[in-house]
Amino acid sequence: MSVKIVLRDVAKSFGGNVVLDGLNLDIEAGESIAVIGQSGTGKSVLIKCILGLFAPDRGSILIDGEEMARASERTRERLRAKFGMLFQGGALFDSMPVWRNVTFGLTQGRMLNAAKMRAVAEENLERVGLGREILDLRPSELSGGMQKRVGLARAIAPRPDIILFDEPTTGLDPIRADVINHLICSLVEDLGITALTITHDMVSARKIAHRVAMLYAGRIIWHGPRDRLYDSGNPYVDQFVLGHAEGPIK
Amino acid sequence: MTNKALSAGIQAFAGIGAGAIGLFAVIGRVTLFAWQTVVRSVTPPYYPMRLLEQLLHIGWYSLPVVGLTAIFTGAALAQQIYVGGSRLSAQSAVPAIVVIGIVRELGPVLVGLMVAGRVSSSMAAEIGTMRVTEQLDALATLRTDPYRFLIAPRLFASVIALPILVLIANAIGVFGGYLLSVYKLGFNAVPYLETTRRVFQADDLIMSMVKAAVFGFFIALMGCYHGFRSAGGAAGVGKATTNAVVSAFVMILLANLLITIAAFG
Repeated sequence: MSVKIVLRDVAKSFGGNVVLDGLNLDIEAGESIAVIGQSGTGKSVLIKCILGLFAPDRGSILIDGEEMARASERTRERLRAKFGMLFQGGALFDSMPVWRNVTFGLTQGRMLNAAKMRAVAEENLERVGLGREILDLRPSELSGGMQKRVGLARAIAPRPDIILFDEPTTGLDPIRADVINHLICSLVEDLGITALTITHDMVSARKIAHRVAMLYAGRIIWHGPRDRLYDSGNPYVDQFVLGHAEGPIK
Repeated sequence: MTNKALSAGIQAFAGIGAGAIGLFAVIGRVTLFAWQTVVRSVTPPYYPMRLLEQLLHIGWYSLPVVGLTAIFTGAALAQQIYVGGSRLSAQSAVPAIVVIGIVRELGPVLVGLMVAGRVSSSMAAEIGTMRVTEQLDALATLRTDPYRFLIAPRLFASVIALPILVLIANAIGVFGGYLLSVYKLGFNAVPYLETTRRVFQADDLIMSMVKAAVFGFFIALMGCYHGFRSAGGAAGVGKATTNAVVSAFVMILLANLLITIAAFG
């Protein structure tokens, strides 16, 4: 397998707050990896650095061998075409109906062939288990779980090579969370997409990822197959996955 | 001088210095924001439908409040000039001062302030909410430049709509003065209109339009800038909204003074 994303010595600070501190990670093509870690450890910052939304202070981020970290705006835009992104809160555009949200990655907000775009939206909504009856609804008229699924439909509509999931199951009840987990698994398997999920939901991490990595103090301190998550031999990982108050993580 | 007094003096200067640096930093950021918007808006993709939407929002939906403000202000101005002028036996100056006062000064300033209150706040709230709910990040990941998609249509629509609104407000304001003068103060309609026509000059209208375009630029710039930089959830959006309105008001009043001095000083 070829390496899709390479992160080398990535560092990012905000003021005096060091968030990422020499992070290294390789993600192979077609692989689904989950990055776990406490809230506030820089998981979202990691994703935003990969997308080129934040410029790291130091280090290299290669997407298919091309540098994202110090790329021009034009190059960043071209590299972003490889990505789909599911935001934690959905981040649907509330001034637009569902069908325009789903096809936004194809139209970039322009008024292109409406009939064709509605058909594309319908096809992608069907893939995430939603029907055509919601095409004309506004995001505020949807439940949290439906918003996540519409966000997922929007992320896959341009058929990206890589999808990034930011806390895909946070705020959902266990049944809805499982629906989202199933969807992510099927997308990775059916479409052959490379997936990076950041989460602190262990059930989700074990279900959707081939490999799990733990972020702590700005670095990946452990990574391994999902089956080793509860048998990692790393006291930080053990404390985190078992949810113990006592341990090396303060 | 004791060390304590010296230290207090240095602290005071440090505070002034920090304030000045902060002010220049804000001016720099706002200028860069405006520059980026203008530069990016000249290259494709263009969003003509977004521009039309904003023209409707800023121009058409502001008409009622602008019309009411103009007619009440025109009428009140006529009454004030009549009362003040009667002390100098100069009541006949009412039509002349109404038209000059409205077109040169009150029309653009009052429309600017009213539209700033309505539009700057809504722009800051909308874009600020998009910021804190990651919709701006979502735009970028979907390869859409927020400057081109969100900021440029608002900026250009505001610069186009404000002169049109001011033109309408000028006409309604002068008409308000006319109504009060003729139906309450006892002026004859034909001489009143004749004086208005004679005193009114094209230069006054051009100045009015220039002011309106500049005010339109600052209204949208302040609304978009503060919304774009908002952070910290609902409280951050609320703060951005307040800052947008206050800074738009200040910029309008400052720009009005500078343009007036430049043109008539």
